[in-house]
Amino acid sequence: MSVTTETPPNTLPLHIEARNPGMALDMDWVRAVQANTSAIERRVKSLPGRRSVKKDYQAAWLLKAISCIDLTTLSGDDTAGRVARLCAKARRPVRDDLMQALGFEGLTVGAVCVYHEMIAPAVAALEGTNIPVAAVSTGFPAGLTPFELRLEEIRQSVAAGASEIDIVISRRQVLTGDWQALYDEMRAYREACGDAHIKTILATGELGSLRNVGRASLVCMMAGADFIKTSTGKESVNATLPVSLVMIRAIRDYYERTGFRVGNKPAGGISKAKDALVYLSLMKEELGDRWLQPDLFRFGASSLLGDIERQLEHHVTGAYSAGYRHAMG
Amino acid sequence: MSVKEIFETMEYGPAPEASGDALAWIVDQGAQFGQFIGGRFTEPRKDFASRNPATGDVLADLSSATVDEVDAAVNAARLAQPKWEKLGGHKRARVLYAIARLIQKHSRLFAVLETLDNGKPIRESRDIDVPLVHRHFYYHAGMAQLMEAELPGRKAIGVCGQIIPWNFPLLMLAWKVAPALAMGNTVVLKPAEYTSLTALLFADICRQAGVPAGVVNIVTGDGAVGEMIVTHEGVDKIAFTGSTEVGRIIRRATAGSGKSLTLELGGKSPYIVFEDADIDSAIEGLVDAIWFNQGQVCCAGSRLLVQEGIAVRFYAKLKARMGTLRIGNPLDKGVDIGAVVDPVQHQRISELVKACDEGETYQPQMQMPSEGCFYPPTLITGLSPANPLMQEEIFGPVLVGSTFRTPAEAVAMANNTRYGLAASVWSENVNLALDIAPKLVAGVVWVNGTNMFDAAAGFGGVRESGFGREGGWEGLQAYTKPAKAAKKLAQISPYKGDKGPIDPLDRTAKLYIGGKQARPDGGYSRDVYSKSGELLGQAPIANRKDVRNAVEAAAGAASWGKTTGHLRAQILYYIAENLQARAGEFAARVNQLTGKRNGAHEVEQAVDTLFTAAAWADKFDGLAHNVPMRGMAVAVREPVGVIGAFCPDECPLGGLVGAMAPAIAMGNRVVLVASEPFPLAATDFYQVLETSDVPGGVVNILTGSHAELAKPLASHLNVDAVWSFSGADISATVEAESAGNLKRTWVNNGLTSDWTDTRAFLEAATEVKNIWVPYGE
Repeated sequence: MSVTTETPPNTLPLHIEARNPGMALDMDWVRAVQANTSAIERRVKSLPGRRSVKKDYQAAWLLKAISCIDLTTLSGDDTAGRVARLCAKARRPVRDDLMQALGFEGLTVGAVCVYHEMIAPAVAALEGTNIPVAAVSTGFPAGLTPFELRLEEIRQSVAAGASEIDIVISRRQVLTGDWQALYDEMRAYREACGDAHIKTILATGELGSLRNVGRASLVCMMAGADFIKTSTGKESVNATLPVSLVMIRAIRDYYERTGFRVGNKPAGGISKAKDALVYLSLMKEELGDRWLQPDLFRFGASSLLGDIERQLEHHVTGAYSAGYRHAMG
Repeated sequence: MSVKEIFETMEYGPAPEASGDALAWIVDQGAQFGQFIGGRFTEPRKDFASRNPATGDVLADLSSATVDEVDAAVNAARLAQPKWEKLGGHKRARVLYAIARLIQKHSRLFAVLETLDNGKPIRESRDIDVPLVHRHFYYHAGMAQLMEAELPGRKAIGVCGQIIPWNFPLLMLAWKVAPALAMGNTVVLKPAEYTSLTALLFADICRQAGVPAGVVNIVTGDGAVGEMIVTHEGVDKIAFTGSTEVGRIIRRATAGSGKSLTLELGGKSPYIVFEDADIDSAIEGLVDAIWFNQGQVCCAGSRLLVQEGIAVRFYAKLKARMGTLRIGNPLDKGVDIGAVVDPVQHQRISELVKACDEGETYQPQMQMPSEGCFYPPTLITGLSPANPLMQEEIFGPVLVGSTFRTPAEAVAMANNTRYGLAASVWSENVNLALDIAPKLVAGVVWVNGTNMFDAAAGFGGVRESGFGREGGWEGLQAYTKPAKAAKKLAQISPYKGDKGPIDPLDRTAKLYIGGKQARPDGGYSRDVYSKSGELLGQAPIANRKDVRNAVEAAAGAASWGKTTGHLRAQILYYIAENLQARAGEFAARVNQLTGKRNGAHEVEQAVDTLFTAAAWADKFDGLAHNVPMRGMAVAVREPVGVIGAFCPDECPLGGLVGAMAPAIAMGNRVVLVASEPFPLAATDFYQVLETSDVPGGVVNILTGSHAELAKPLASHLNVDAVWSFSGADISATVEAESAGNLKRTWVNNGLTSDWTDTRAFLEAATEVKNIWVPYGE
């Protein structure tokens, strides 16, 4: 067993990008958003056949995927011990010998994502790293607690040390077409976040149509979202490629017109290394390389890391790997 | 690059598909090939080489078929055909099924070989071409199985000569071979000289699938070999896919030979984007439209029409998208644009683009391979319809763009072309999209999509994009013929005489043009006598200017095609009613003219024909094809347009009505040339038309010499089809002259026609347009 010295983890380029300040709600723009489901499905269906990364490229891309993971635990039975274990995995996501073989060091995941009560243990466990703690908020996952309590939840989570807040939108505003209400709510959340980054969960599985996903994405960016995120992981349908493509294209449109880059976070249901590669290539194709950094792209995932680890070991040794050979989080 | 460096750059890197197995297959065959005739390969010669266009490397040496070899191939096919047909649908289905399965089992070998030979990206040959090939044989195995039950009265045509292009070598082979074999034909197929290898692998597969010797014959070589097939007397049918220019040559070469012909030719297909479209998806669609197969696609959406209000934004987004296309080694799994098939094509594309002196030409900054036949994706915007690049097929990765203001203008610009293969319409408004689709002159229309193909939906064009359909029930028409044998048609000369008139008062028969009686332009008439020599009257002698006027009138009555079947039925019934009211008079007239006694029967037949046509007017339905997609592929029957018809000589009224009724029932306008020896029933008949609410221009009647009128009518570029049931020997003239605008022809070749086969008339009077409408919210 080789010995590695402790090196400071990579600094995440969290503050290179000017934050999206938002803009006034532009309903003409919102109403012009279209999303043709069949054409979008064709695009994402053909993408895995159009782009392929092999060998060292695949290994590097998988490492990139790890750097973009929001390692997540959102369970009712979470404890400080459980969160500490997860944070240890966040610091050291891949076995040292594999990292050495790959000629790489200092890799961490993008963030650790927990409920409010677990912020403090997480912050403590990540001390000395630059791994941010993200907290789900605003009555996650349904978002139907009293509005004032939702704002207060954000404030308390920020005070507890969360530097990213994953809020959930009120789906009913989308379903009834009350875009102004959605905008106003999102504005209030953003203000409550202060300097903490706000990641807006659209819960796309509950929005009814891809067009609604596109319009909701746009309204939330207009209201100042730093990230738009697909799902809570608790809906019956979570991140899908068609939904992600619609959100990605909304992000591109917003950037083209305002000059501000908003991040993207597919979450829920992404568990295979191969899926991660497809998402990365979707980001690269539709938004460009700038969006392949953890300040603009995250996976919300809990079991994805395990599959990537096995693929990396296969890359290094040529033999297919087993789950128990990699440390649990 | 180290993993660490790649982590920073996030480049894709190479992802090559291994070509070892395909190259090994070539070597196993001796890296040289003869002809596949009668189930075995002939001794190979080194006449020409097949090269990989991406590298210039020679893949194999091929033999150019000699006259003797083509003879041998046709003879083998002739010999094998009756047995193959008599095997029956089920036994043929088994063989086609075996072919389908074998192609599936060797799918990667086919895909890699295709990419090596043609230069297309492996993603396309692997994910599109080969699966479609497999599907086509699968589908037609089913057609063989169903033939006896579902196509009663139809039989195989015989030996089919099939000439296919280099852009989809194996797929075009499948489109030709599968329906031919299913219907009991045998084939002599010539692949394009650039791309013969997958056809030769297919020959190998045929042996494994138990295809009887001689059923499939494959000869290689260039256009000279194609010509040998086209002109070979032992070939009953020619099916050609390729350029409009060569299609025209083939049309002329086969004129009067009695060979049936289907042509799938060029295109300049419009790609219409309305302001309410999903713009990002429409742009992604363009990648599949014009940068699919390097733009070497006959139905490529090569003419972009964008609504003015969104054009600036659309072009900006399109240019950005072009920048992320990857061009290079076609065997790389991450490549979008491979190699153009041959340096000759590359040069042609370059010259066409260089010659453009209008608009703005854009090519993205991209990494181009240092060698090989690669041409970058190109966008030329701001062109007017007058620019040659808006009219001519480039057959490369070059998109030309223009803007429009209104839906009506979009349709006008889209249809401002000699071609009519395919079209795409992008709009999120179902009313708009489904209003535009029928108005586009094309054989295939894709709504919110492009380049969707399936064995169940017929593919083929109108205008100079050719005729005939490949795929679906409509495609079987091209590989079957009526089982009933035709007899030789007796030629009838007009009666001569010197007796006086039988009418107590002189009557003037005229031409009937645009709903009005018209004197002939030339001012000449011919005396018409009865069998016993009495003067029955004078028939005007129409000349080419009368043809011009009649066609102009017919073209002006285009709104007839937009009327409902119900309305057309009512008018046809009304014609029948008015004819019946004067039945006695018409019967007598027919008897006078023909000197026979079946006038009453002929009138009765004519009324019956009118009723049949009226009945069909609102019942000759299209189909909703069962394509593997969430959506509809709707095959609609559209009128052909303006049909010129030389009516039969022997039945002066029945023949005229027999040609007219089904044509106008389907929404066509007709220029009818009446029975040459017995013209006066037709000139009486226009009085019936005048009293039956037939709009002016829908039916036009000329009298005169069929031989004289054949050329002006068949060569008229605004006529869409010409039929001949004439006793005069004009079939060759009609077919040869039709080549100008590649109008559809239906000629009797001096044989009798089956007037009871209504379906044949309805088929000839309609074009199948497949409208693809994927849906989903």
